[in-house]
Amino acid sequence: MTAEPQRMSVLKPKHQRLVLVLFALVALIGAALMAVYALRGQASYFYIPSDMVSHPPESGRAVRLGGMVQKGSLKTMPDGVTIHFTVTDGKAYVPVRFSGITPDLFVEGSGVVADGRMEGGTFVADNLLAKHDEKYVPREMKNMTESDAKQVVAQTK
Amino acid sequence: MIAEIGLAVLWLAAALAVLQLVVGGLSLRPEGRVLAALVRPVAVMQGVLVLAAFAALIMLFVTTDLSVKLVVENSHSAKPLIFKIAGTWGNHEGSMLMWVTIMAVAGAFVAVIERRLDEATLIATLAGQAFISLGFYAFLLFASNPFARLAQPADEGQGLNPLLQDVGLAFHPPTLYVGYVGLSIAFSFAIGALVTRNVGPGFARAMRPWVLGAWIFLTLGITAGSYWAYYTLGWGGWWFWDPVENASLMPWLAATALLHSVSVLASRDALRTWTVMLGVVAFSMSMVGTFLVRSGILTSVHAFAVDPQRGAFILALLAIDIGGALALFTWRAGTVTEGKRFAFVSREAALVFNNVMLSGILGIVLIGTLYPLVTEAYGVKVSVGAPYFNPAAAMFAFPMFVVMSVGPLLRWRHDRLTGERGARVAWPLLVCAAITLSVLVGLELVAHHITLLPALGLAIASGLFPASMLPLVGRNLRRTPLPVWGMVVAHAGIAVALFGMASESAFSVERLAAMTVGETRDVGPWQVKLASIMPVAGPNWTALEATVAIRYAGAAPVELHPKAETFSNPPGTRNESALKTRWNGQLYVVLGEQATDGRWQMRFWWKPFVPLIWLGGAMVGIGGALALLGRVLTDIRRLVAKDKIAYRRMRQGR
Repeated sequence: MTAEPQRMSVLKPKHQRLVLVLFALVALIGAALMAVYALRGQASYFYIPSDMVSHPPESGRAVRLGGMVQKGSLKTMPDGVTIHFTVTDGKAYVPVRFSGITPDLFVEGSGVVADGRMEGGTFVADNLLAKHDEKYVPREMKNMTESDAKQVVAQTK
Repeated sequence: MIAEIGLAVLWLAAALAVLQLVVGGLSLRPEGRVLAALVRPVAVMQGVLVLAAFAALIMLFVTTDLSVKLVVENSHSAKPLIFKIAGTWGNHEGSMLMWVTIMAVAGAFVAVIERRLDEATLIATLAGQAFISLGFYAFLLFASNPFARLAQPADEGQGLNPLLQDVGLAFHPPTLYVGYVGLSIAFSFAIGALVTRNVGPGFARAMRPWVLGAWIFLTLGITAGSYWAYYTLGWGGWWFWDPVENASLMPWLAATALLHSVSVLASRDALRTWTVMLGVVAFSMSMVGTFLVRSGILTSVHAFAVDPQRGAFILALLAIDIGGALALFTWRAGTVTEGKRFAFVSREAALVFNNVMLSGILGIVLIGTLYPLVTEAYGVKVSVGAPYFNPAAAMFAFPMFVVMSVGPLLRWRHDRLTGERGARVAWPLLVCAAITLSVLVGLELVAHHITLLPALGLAIASGLFPASMLPLVGRNLRRTPLPVWGMVVAHAGIAVALFGMASESAFSVERLAAMTVGETRDVGPWQVKLASIMPVAGPNWTALEATVAIRYAGAAPVELHPKAETFSNPPGTRNESALKTRWNGQLYVVLGEQATDGRWQMRFWWKPFVPLIWLGGAMVGIGGALALLGRVLTDIRRLVAKDKIAYRRMRQGR
């Protein structure tokens, strides 16, 4: 008898199964733990302007800002591609800067969700998600109360 | 009339599915054996009927029958024919009908050609398939009838979303659906084998081509979808970690793991329970994906039919199908006997490692996709994107790529990497590792601004590509079996795609400019000049078309024509980007709006080696196709040989 089968038979069938199951479990639990840990650091939290003003996130942390684009606030800078506008929920106002081609249907008075970070007092957006159709309200704003929404619409008209 | 026929045929097909389930279930008992002969013909007939219903819906769209609600809401008489046909599945009801059609046709296909599996397991499989289909029939007939008429015919249809009016729509959803639904066959096989307690190599050999087929379609569907999103959405990105994209990635990850474990089961009779489990998980992921997309509980760029009630329906289906399958699994898993053993250094062990890594990535993607739902239950709103997914998935993917380059060289059951074997296996691998290391060091020295992940990606891809060719070394290439070629091409495709992804994120150059006509800018090695802006018109759109003259490093200029299109029915706009592909990358040009001072907003990207992403994806699909072809040819040869033997025996009067 050579050494090979002997070395293999150190692990009994049941033990091999156990080792495999343990390995899979450790890897999957590891994945889950790592996922939860990474999510705490990397998920970008959603803010509406009043939260942004009352509890601003630490500077440079990736967050999302959702609200309505205030009427009359949209200005294009001399370079032709940077825009400044104000996002509001009717209670607070956050100035936003964005460089790039705005999405289709991005206009004053429409709903917008901006990905980006606070730098000083200005929200620097990397990406704008505008409404997809005429009825679009950012999903995160759907549970604003009816009166809040009306107020926003009235304010931004 | 066509609509009524379509609906009637659909009901008939649903009735046949009931029959298929009941007869299939009964014939598994000894006293019901006589019924067994009925199952295959019923499955075939069901497939034919659903296909007829689907053809009826296509007819309605082609003729633009404005008394049908679905046509009115999603089509328009002035739409080009290809988008009328593709529009059939560009909406919720139509795509669900396509789902059921593919499911029934796949079942019919199994009934017609599957001859290797023992009859009882096959009948249990077809009954399982009927059971899953029934849920979707109910969903279609009660909650999303595609053939509903309007009380008053409309004058004109509302048209198709401009973003969907693209050839991508004609190919991407059907391919992806064949993949999703093909996995239902794997699911049914797993159920069938559990019911008849027949989990073994024979079952794995019968299941393998179906898994392979579904996986090829999933791969190609995801690749095509990624390219479609890249050039239509005008964001210059090719993967957004959007819930809908994740919904297609998760079944792919599970199917990839299943594909490899089913191979182990077929050739080595190990990993029995694990394979069955993966069969259940793979289709479950398809259903979870469908649920996430259709219920609208997650924000997504794919603004599909969003309806909480439908979401609840699919959630119930999900609970019944997957809960049932898992219950059956727990009940019967104990009866699945131990497979063969293998050593720590063996091909099986490498495959197990990669299976677990794939499951790890699957877990990462699943948790990341569902996390916003969980936090929302506690009143905190978050969104999860690339900063989470990229590093978390890479933690599992990179070790997997390393083992992937070693695994195919190892022997089954037990291998040693010392002595003569070591010289044959270890040396070439060391060379590949050296390539990886030198690329990594070189990148850090030359371009240290590149972040860790892309640098690692470039390095590993450079080593993985030659390593994936190693299984061919020392073989007679003419006599190398097709499945081996398939594996080599698919593994090399992974390396190619990884190189494209890493290069795109490491070397992309982006320029955003407001340009007057005649102005010139530099974008990486390119010189771009806005030559003119002209209005143009298409069949159902008008557009502003820019002529951009581009020169690569002083070569002769070429013209590109990005457009900003305006659609009338329904009203909408779309930025049609223009692409210039060279061997070493792609220039991507988007025309934006005109600023108040008369300058035009333009966006340019120079993306070195970005086409490799999709080339690699296609290679993975082609590799799968080669392997499938090889397996099917072997099976046919075996069947022919069996017939010959039977014939000779008959002639000799034995």
